[in-house]
Amino acid sequence: MLVELRDPNTIMKLSRLGSFHQSKLSFLRSFLNEFKDWEYKQDLFNLDENGYGEAVYSFKKDKRVYSLVCFANHIKDEERSDRVIATKWDAAFTLHDGVPSKKDIERLKNEVPRQEVGRLSYKELTLSRANKSVRLFNHVTDNLSKGLQPDLNLLSKVGYLYRTTAVYGSGKFGLADRFRIKNREEINGPFRLEMMLVYLVRQFTFDQVNHVAYHKNPKKAVKLDEQISKNLGIGNSTGLGMAPFIVNHPTLLNNWILSREIALKKIREIKDVKKNDSALFVDCVKKSLTNITSWNTDSEYQKNKINNLLKDIQKFLKFIENEFDFTTEYSFNGIYEWLEQETCEECIEYVVSIMMEPYSEITEPLVKEMSSDEEKYFNIPAHRTVEDLRNIIEKKYPNILEINFEKKENNQNFWFISKNKEEPRLADRFEEHGSELEQPLAIARDIKKLYEILMVSKNSQTVSDFLIKNSELRHVVRRVFVVEKFPYSEIQDNTIGKNIMPIDMLRLKLSFFGALKFDPRSDKWLRICMFQGAPLPHELKNYDEQWVYKSNI
Amino acid sequence: MKSFSEIETTVKRATKASGYSWGVAEETAKCVRLLESFGLPGIKHINNYFSERKENSFQNLNLISERNPPSAKPYCPIILGVSFLDQSNSLELLKKIELNNVAYPSIFLAFLSRTSEIIGKKIQINLDKKEIILNFNLNIYSNIANNDFPSIANHLEINFLKNIDSFSEEEWKNLYKLSEDTFVEESDSLKQGGAGAGLTDND
Repeated sequence: MLVELRDPNTIMKLSRLGSFHQSKLSFLRSFLNEFKDWEYKQDLFNLDENGYGEAVYSFKKDKRVYSLVCFANHIKDEERSDRVIATKWDAAFTLHDGVPSKKDIERLKNEVPRQEVGRLSYKELTLSRANKSVRLFNHVTDNLSKGLQPDLNLLSKVGYLYRTTAVYGSGKFGLADRFRIKNREEINGPFRLEMMLVYLVRQFTFDQVNHVAYHKNPKKAVKLDEQISKNLGIGNSTGLGMAPFIVNHPTLLNNWILSREIALKKIREIKDVKKNDSALFVDCVKKSLTNITSWNTDSEYQKNKINNLLKDIQKFLKFIENEFDFTTEYSFNGIYEWLEQETCEECIEYVVSIMMEPYSEITEPLVKEMSSDEEKYFNIPAHRTVEDLRNIIEKKYPNILEINFEKKENNQNFWFISKNKEEPRLADRFEEHGSELEQPLAIARDIKKLYEILMVSKNSQTVSDFLIKNSELRHVVRRVFVVEKFPYSEIQDNTIGKNIMPIDMLRLKLSFFGALKFDPRSDKWLRICMFQGAPLPHELKNYDEQWVYKSNI
Repeated sequence: MKSFSEIETTVKRATKASGYSWGVAEETAKCVRLLESFGLPGIKHINNYFSERKENSFQNLNLISERNPPSAKPYCPIILGVSFLDQSNSLELLKKIELNNVAYPSIFLAFLSRTSEIIGKKIQINLDKKEIILNFNLNIYSNIANNDFPSIANHLEINFLKNIDSFSEEEWKNLYKLSEDTFVEESDSLKQGGAGAGLTDND
């Protein structure tokens, strides 16, 4: 049986993309898989009794070494902010390419804690900072210093000791450009070095909390239980900075979604599902219920989605246990069709992710296809005709062509870059100033505009001639030729409408990172948790691949 | 040191801020990044050009032909470059293209370098008696020292080079003969068994 790939006009809608969940294709899981046989080491741990100072952690294999350099500093409570306007953080980190010399550490000590206003070099690969969850960090150190383990209920409400507020890579602030490292096999997967940084930061938070507790009361202090550590992740606060990335990297976006879609298609095409595989799938769905019931948020929007998800997963489990037979042919296809009929988008995508669990032989080759060289597809084939361009638009953007941008609500917002922090922002064009400096992120509107002009242009006219008079549409002409080859490269929705939920765009990206427990703090930023339940570095050589569904808090 | 990623982002924004469309800004950013990666003065020249644009006006040449009329005002290297890129399929059919009075030809060169890759031909340029070869966007060879790249090209001549060897047949034969010393003379039994197939395929 041949199953068609799912229609981009359904999958690339924001509400669907904003319902995606982590899976075996997620970058933090593929990172662990790639680095599981690397040698992990704590190379330096030079903190004072309050936990301030420097530390270095590394992953090494053959002659290649990646070192996380950490700087923990004292900051006042009033200086602690997750927003991008902050200038001080509890800790700052960089991933250094190789073994940092003393001179390197001295240099980095002056630059890394300053983050965006510091300068890094081509020897550094990623940069980040993080703030303590003060309430939790203090609780854990207090308890450990008294010889007690922390309160698991409290831990489960937060899920991490620190949360990062930005992770930068690819040439930002002087960091190494991608071209310098792109041929390294171990990082042939998107955001692999960012994942490494976050993973090692997680270990630093455990070491720091143990260190502070010990110095508080050397005689009585105990270490944080390994099982508890494992169930703690690293938090992250994310704002609009991620949204333009998705629009500005169309072929990369395509490769992420296409890999997911190919995995689903191949799983639906399995004629006879092995007993072990169906058992693993059902086990993961059941165990994942803890992830849903421990998913805390104050956001009514997300609470509603979680409630629907929980309700639908319970309904699904009932269906699987009472009505469904895995010995029927193409059983995963049957499951998928049932989900489409009976459950919400959040649930469909949740189960699609879990379907991949038994099938490493399907997902692992796809992981290698998830990077992209955008440059290759940058040039516009200007010898082609207006007719070609119009045909592609009609075929690839049918829903977008139906949007009426004359209506105020469809043209309500504009994307801009804030002068203060050079970060992307979204504002109401009819209420705020600055829309004349709008960023080219209103793709749906500009595609529609392009189409309208094409409709009154000569079919045989070349794109080259067309662009002479329509230079302002050049950025979308380029995209049309990209989407012709890459069906999942475009968000098939209006990114400037009144009802846009920008966090859908963030969640899409974060789900591919492997984030859990999306906690929207508004429609424009959210908190998440990464690596919760993941093996500790010393366990990497032999770990349970389904750890993500086995977190206990 | 600024990363190429920083260079590309900043040039894109600066180009848009100088009055070009976002699509043209994207093209310009790629070109300046390219010049910098080849060690040519991309940032310096685009910066100077944008500064001069505030004081002086430049001519846009949208449709390029074999001989282009001399302009009283210098040609804008960005519009000229984008036009060249877009029209490369028809322009490569011309034997030679002549332009006069082009502002900041180094910027224009980057567009030509990309054209060389797209059409799969080397491009040779005579720039006021200096020579430049663009090699499929892999490098730019010239006998102009970086600091001597002019802010105006009085006369530019562009030639698309045929895809022919840069060496003689004799030189090739000599080298090929030497390479044959790595081959093994086949005996009858090697002929039978070495390739794993029969000597005839009349089945």
